[in-house]
Amino acid sequence: MAETLVRFEGVRKTYGGTAAAVVGLDLDIARGELLTLLGPSGSGKTTTLMMLAGFEMPSAGRILLEGRDIAHTAPHRRGIGVVFQSYALFPHMTVAENVAFPLSVRSIGRGERDERTRKALAMVRLDGFADRRPAQLSGGQQQRVALARALVFEPPIVLLDEPLGALDKALREEMQLEIRHLHQRLGVTMMYVTHDQAEALTLSDRIAVFEGGRIRQCADPKRLYDRPADAFVAGFVGENNLLPGIVATREGDDCTVRLACGPVVSAQAVDCGGVGERCLVAIRPERIAVAGVDAADLGERAMPATLQEAIFLGDHVRLRLGLGDGGEVLAKRPTGIGTLPEPGGPASIAWPEGAAFAFRDAAKQG
Amino acid sequence: MARGLAWVAAVLVALFLVAPIVAILPLSFSAGSFLFYPLPGLSLRWYQDFFGSDFWLPALWNSLLIGSASAGLATLLGTPAAFGLWRMRGAARAVAMGIVLAPMVVPVIVVAVALLLTFGPIGLVASYSGLIIAHTTLGVPFVVVTVLAALEGFDPVQLRAASACGAGPVSAFFRVCLPQIAPGVAAGAIFAFATSLDEVVIALFIAGPAQRTLPRQMFAGLNDSISLTTTAAAAMLVGLSVLLLLVVAWLQRRGRTQAGG
Repeated sequence: MAETLVRFEGVRKTYGGTAAAVVGLDLDIARGELLTLLGPSGSGKTTTLMMLAGFEMPSAGRILLEGRDIAHTAPHRRGIGVVFQSYALFPHMTVAENVAFPLSVRSIGRGERDERTRKALAMVRLDGFADRRPAQLSGGQQQRVALARALVFEPPIVLLDEPLGALDKALREEMQLEIRHLHQRLGVTMMYVTHDQAEALTLSDRIAVFEGGRIRQCADPKRLYDRPADAFVAGFVGENNLLPGIVATREGDDCTVRLACGPVVSAQAVDCGGVGERCLVAIRPERIAVAGVDAADLGERAMPATLQEAIFLGDHVRLRLGLGDGGEVLAKRPTGIGTLPEPGGPASIAWPEGAAFAFRDAAKQG
Repeated sequence: MARGLAWVAAVLVALFLVAPIVAILPLSFSAGSFLFYPLPGLSLRWYQDFFGSDFWLPALWNSLLIGSASAGLATLLGTPAAFGLWRMRGAARAVAMGIVLAPMVVPVIVVAVALLLTFGPIGLVASYSGLIIAHTTLGVPFVVVTVLAALEGFDPVQLRAASACGAGPVSAFFRVCLPQIAPGVAAGAIFAFATSLDEVVIALFIAGPAQRTLPRQMFAGLNDSISLTTTAAAAMLVGLSVLLLLVVAWLQRRGRTQAGG
């Protein structure tokens, strides 16, 4: 386990008398990792970043950087690099002057400053752009300048606040890989904030999923996707079917659930109550096998369903299926494998053992 | 039809606005000695008189000196005030704004009487410092309003970016904010200068004979003798104001092109 670089200890943030933006946050960031804070807007992820950057003061708790409590240190004395969603380049300076700015406020001599600026621009592949103005660059180039400016003074950690939010999809994916490669090459610790779960999966060593001012789960991307800790994470990271039901039997980590639409299914009890309590059963669409009327090839777990709609998406087909009495399930199949039942006709579906998880149904209890 | 009427109305309003200027300017080129049309002939004698006179020339210099000094002071006070107001929110902002802008709405004659009563005991009446301070008070609101308008186009995230780069608040203001709002600051300074340039009420109350400004001297000139040199002085004032307006327009255009690309 790598050494801890940043530690949030019982950090809270409230605005006036209203509900807390961040509730009791405990989080460690290891030196050299890329940690993503993922969550919907208003979940507290940006507030958390702003508190580490120093633009917001925590109402309670401690924020440690390299063991030092910085919760009340002015932002310009923290030495943390920040990349903003709006880039926030200085329009009256050239690209080189922008990148050199952190060095010049640190009174680093001209020779070293020029050398480090040149290296930083080369690092983000903007060698030939030193004398341009930010307004003469594309969005992607501007964000690369912002990256260079945040990295040039070799901060212990760089914070990125939805840095790709303003870019179109293709450019965003290109920049995701670029940031990932920069991170791998430089080994600099990064904290990345996004609401885009695909982006989080692409980039991160670890992902902290935020909701309602708390971390719901913090794990590496694979674990987060395969073993979500609660219904929110299951629904937010990747696509998921979330079928309401009531726990019918429970034995340790195994349970059976009577779905609201009728069928009884077995599932792994991750975070669900005892028999008789409401729960949600999560099954990933790609884990659901679909066959025509003859269900034999799906084995004894097969359940009857009706195919309502098939949407062709090139590399895969999305199938909307009716299950039981008013239930609806989404399944995904790669294109060109097997034949599909006709829309409107009967079908049968099944999923492997261990593909379904049962979670407490938080919404219905509150 | 309605369009035609609108044009006629527009032309009439424009005439109404510029008529006094149009009426006075040709008189300054008159070869005669009276405020009288038609002009008996054209000459520059009143301008010669103006630039050769012990009555007018010191007044011009006084106007330029007091205008520059009070514009400079108003800019030094008004720019930080505007920056502070820009960062304030809520009721406190409204109150602070009201106080800063008060000299703009309070009748000048009230300000003048107040200044006379205040400056008298402390020896600031009939002094350059007194008049400069008084004109600074009048200029500050113009600087504040103009700089605030410039700050509307300034992205506050820039200040966060500067501090994330390690720049303290003062350094961030001078190196990141000020260069971007500079056209607005310069325009504010010019408005403050123009305010001082055509101010006559306070000058009447607190300027001594040594500090008489151009408008103050025109006032005196009209009372004593109706010399056409007064119209030459008026033409000079109009010319200066037009020049200042052009500079402001140029600054604003420059500010826009800088912001846009």
